[in-house]
Amino acid sequence: MSLAEKSSGFRSFLRTLREHYRIVHSNPLGRIGFWIVIFFLVIAILAPWLAPHDPWEMQYDKDGNFASLQPPSWKFPAGTTHLGYDLFSQLILATRTTFIIGAVSGIISILIGANIGLFAGFYGGKLDEILMRFTDILYGMPFLPFVIVLIALFGRKLEFVILAIVLIIWRTSARVIRAQTIAIKQRQFITAARARGCSNLRIIYRHILPNVLPLLLLYASFNIAWSIITEASASFLGFGDGNTISWGGMLYELWLSGKTRVAWWWFASPSLCIILLVTSLVFVSRAYEEVANPRLRKR
Amino acid sequence: MSQSPRLEVRNLSVRYQTRGGEVHAVNQVSFDVFPNEVFGIAGESGCGKSTLIRALMRLLPENGVSDADLIQYEGQSLDRMSEKKFREQVLWSKIALVPQSAMNSLNPVYRVGDQIIEAIRNHTSQEKHEARSRVEELFDVVGLESDLMDSYPHEFSGGMRQRAMIAMSLALDPGLIIMDEPTTGLDVLVQERILRRIREIRSHIASSIILITHDIAVIAEMSDRIAVMYGGRIMEQAQSEDLFDTPCHPYTLGLKNAFPSIQKLGQELVSIPGSPPSLLGKQTGCPFEARCPFSIDQCVTEIPKIESLGKNHEVFCFRNTDAPQMREQATSMSTWHSSN
Amino acid sequence: MALLELKDVTRHYEVKTGLIDRVFRGKPIRKIKAVESLNMVLNENEVVGIAGESGCGKSTTCMIIAGLLQPSSGEVLYQGKRVDQFNTQDQRWYRHQVQMIFQDPYESLNPRFRIFDTVAEGPRALRLWPESEIASKVESMLGSVGLEPGKYGDRYPHELSGGERQRVVIASALVMEPRMVIADEPLSMLDVSIRAGILELLKDLAKKRHFSCLYVSHDLSILGHIADRLMIMYLGQAVEIGPTTEVIQKPQHPYTKALISAVPVPDPRIKRGIPKISGDITRPIDPPPGCRFTPRCPYANHTCSENFLKLDSVQKTNHLAACHRLDVVSHESEMTSMV
Ligand SMILES: Nc1ncnc2c1ncn2[C@@H]1O[C@H](COP(=O)(O)OP(=O)(O)OP(=O)(O)O)[C@@H](O)[C@H]1O
Ligand SMILES: Nc1ncnc2c1ncn2[C@@H]1O[C@H](COP(=O)(O)OP(=O)(O)O)[C@@H](O)[C@H]1O
Ligand code: SF4
Ligand code: SF4
Ligand SMILES: [Mg+2]
Ligand SMILES: [Mg+2]
Repeated sequence: MSLAEKSSGFRSFLRTLREHYRIVHSNPLGRIGFWIVIFFLVIAILAPWLAPHDPWEMQYDKDGNFASLQPPSWKFPAGTTHLGYDLFSQLILATRTTFIIGAVSGIISILIGANIGLFAGFYGGKLDEILMRFTDILYGMPFLPFVIVLIALFGRKLEFVILAIVLIIWRTSARVIRAQTIAIKQRQFITAARARGCSNLRIIYRHILPNVLPLLLLYASFNIAWSIITEASASFLGFGDGNTISWGGMLYELWLSGKTRVAWWWFASPSLCIILLVTSLVFVSRAYEEVANPRLRKR
Repeated sequence: MSQSPRLEVRNLSVRYQTRGGEVHAVNQVSFDVFPNEVFGIAGESGCGKSTLIRALMRLLPENGVSDADLIQYEGQSLDRMSEKKFREQVLWSKIALVPQSAMNSLNPVYRVGDQIIEAIRNHTSQEKHEARSRVEELFDVVGLESDLMDSYPHEFSGGMRQRAMIAMSLALDPGLIIMDEPTTGLDVLVQERILRRIREIRSHIASSIILITHDIAVIAEMSDRIAVMYGGRIMEQAQSEDLFDTPCHPYTLGLKNAFPSIQKLGQELVSIPGSPPSLLGKQTGCPFEARCPFSIDQCVTEIPKIESLGKNHEVFCFRNTDAPQMREQATSMSTWHSSN
Repeated sequence: MALLELKDVTRHYEVKTGLIDRVFRGKPIRKIKAVESLNMVLNENEVVGIAGESGCGKSTTCMIIAGLLQPSSGEVLYQGKRVDQFNTQDQRWYRHQVQMIFQDPYESLNPRFRIFDTVAEGPRALRLWPESEIASKVESMLGSVGLEPGKYGDRYPHELSGGERQRVVIASALVMEPRMVIADEPLSMLDVSIRAGILELLKDLAKKRHFSCLYVSHDLSILGHIADRLMIMYLGQAVEIGPTTEVIQKPQHPYTKALISAVPVPDPRIKRGIPKISGDITRPIDPPPGCRFTPRCPYANHTCSENFLKLDSVQKTNHLAACHRLDVVSHESEMTSMV
């Protein structure tokens, strides 16, 4: 591929992104969701500078007393844990973990799902049969137990949490993209491309991929939302990475502390963050559905 | 023609409200259809042919509004008639329509014959067996074997379905049958057979026919009189021989020279540059102006008037007096493609 | 030497009868003989027209020649070489030499490609020239189909009219500098006022750029205008082939005669004959071995359906027709009666 071609491809990619942003933006809920996601993203990026305290350091109130289980106040906006850790700082740093897990597993899973879907749909026949039976098997697996077993086997490491999430999440996107690929494959412009001398790989990536892109982005945002929920669930059950903080992990700590009935704030803030981010992502994807599903699109 | 017209239409206009603005799909269209004649309406896709028919038949979609000075069927005013009365007394029994997508207008889950029997019994007090023998007759008229009555639409080919729809339109002996693109998309042999049936119907039954098509050859063969539509207006209207011998409107001239004829191999074809106009918004000049090699300044700013050239020949063009020269020049490709 | 030669090219499709039909009702798998023993030649710088009713195998023939479909049997020879025995290198070369123009300009352009990229895609895929050369060739090609590159290059297909799209399709075929172009009904989806423009463009470019053309259409008026020779197909078989004027003015085969007399003429003063055939075209499912036109032919007798047919020369000319009873048919020269 020549340079000129790459840059023209990149430019058209940017153009597509801009066009997509416009569509998300024109939907009120999508717009709100979009900016909430951006807000969390900024927090995630700037987390170490934004956190007022070390999240693992015992805090004292202004009288010099050990600040154990303090409700939200000016000094500790999200309250403290039973060990006197600042929950606000924990939340901010957890945003970063959550984002890393969400984005990495969301993107890896869409990459896998998209490629499997594209290849299964394009080649059909045996390859399709094998790939789709494989997805069917994954479909048969219950979601959380699978994650838990994997982590139990490999240990509580961030990488394995991500791996477990990816393994289970790509299946839906693979199916949907396969269906879309089959539909597009039969369009005449694909035959035209073949007649022009395009190789199979070129047809898949240059001719079909841009046409499934809206659907792909839709499922990418779905996948990110799903990964966040999965991670939270796994962490809450104690299968998260013990060395990093995540929102689910914070809830797990609460559970371990046995203070569930007393410290409502400890429970409220991480839950709220999870709900807010996941809902925002869902709003964004809903706004997307209009692009992906032409029947919903206004002419 | 000395007879009084069967259908008279004066200054019919139709607009569609769309999100992009008002579409002026039909503008100030006037024409007559005389008893027992085939009146052809020619024009390319999007010029307003189907809309015109929908307005006549009161089948406009919700966003469409029509307005006319006069629409009369055998002296009876149709535009003032109530919706209900129109449906009961005119639709089917006086004016029947074979719609553009006639091929898909049959319900796939009922037998073809039953659908026609049903339509007859909805409008008359005929018994089932009477209606059935009527359908047998009609099938014969359009050249379908009567045992096909008990088939389902999917067992019919496109041409057979089209003929079944024509049979249905004949059911109540209407005085006027409107056929919207009855042969478009069919093979020549099938088309030929349908056209032949239409001709026979006309000579046996005293119906008038409005035939709509974009195919100049079909219209030339079938029609007694022809109206050429463009941009929602009738550009030229005449007896078909006159229209082909002495066309006067630049668009007619272009169309006529754009069609290859199997009888004149090797003739030079002409193509009209540009593409059909968008009908969005109000017209301020001649709709053909952007593609017309003969346009003058006046064409941009003023809407031409319909001029009568006698013998029922009407033209909508400022330069109708220059027709002989234009006719000469229009046969050459260079006329159409020099920068004007 | 002929540029392209088809030798006994046959293509069958299997119609799947349902399992229940096969097992319980004993219906065997049936075969549609979409193309049967087709023989033809396309010479250098020649335009051959293929005509016939819908479903007679025109598109299947095109796809086989373009290498997009494999024949069930028979050979396609391009410059004397068998197309099905091409190695990867040859295949690239063939893709370069032979281009196809499709029927539906609304379907044959990728909606996410800009016009410039659409036209440049072929040369890029085959890496024919360096990018700068591709760019200049694409621009001049767009110019010669009447689309200003500066104005149209950056647009997407949905921003073009049907006629403009078909010009893009033509440009993207011709930018490859092909020796042979296969055009499958390139005008049928276009508005009447712009058809002539595309037709003249194709004719003009064929002359200027020296390519041969296989032009498929069911419209004989158009074929009469563009083709040097004409091949008439009926249910997968060639029934007549010869110089265009010969075939149109002196048709030999009963089917050709019917077809030609059915073509309407854009002149109200000319009255043409009535074709003397009955019935509708069927699908070529398990057809009889002999002449497939038998059920509709007014001249048919027992010899027709029994004996296999080959195209035969009419009075030792290059005008061929496939009919057992040519002498009888041509005797009754007044095949059609006047309206
Ligand atoms: N993939 C397929 N499977 C089964 N039958 C097919 C297939 N493709 C074509 N056919 C059949 O083969 C015959 C020839 O088809 P083909 O598409 O070549 O016709 P055509 O002459 O191009 O017709 P048209 O003018 O409608 O384009 C038809 O009977 C058609 O139904
Ligand atoms: N329901 C509708 N709403 C808005 N515009 C319409 C509608 N139906 C037709 N039009 C527009 O009206 C014009 C005439 O359409 P139509 O009568 O269908 O043309 P024709 O039958 O000659 O092909 C076109 O510009 C078309 O886009
Ligand atoms: S009025 Fe003017 S623009 Fe319109 S057709 Fe006549 S000469 Fe051409
Ligand atoms: S072979 Fe027989 S059936 Fe076939 S076209 Fe000739 S006369 Fe007719
Ligand atoms: Mg219409
Ligand atoms: Mg075809």
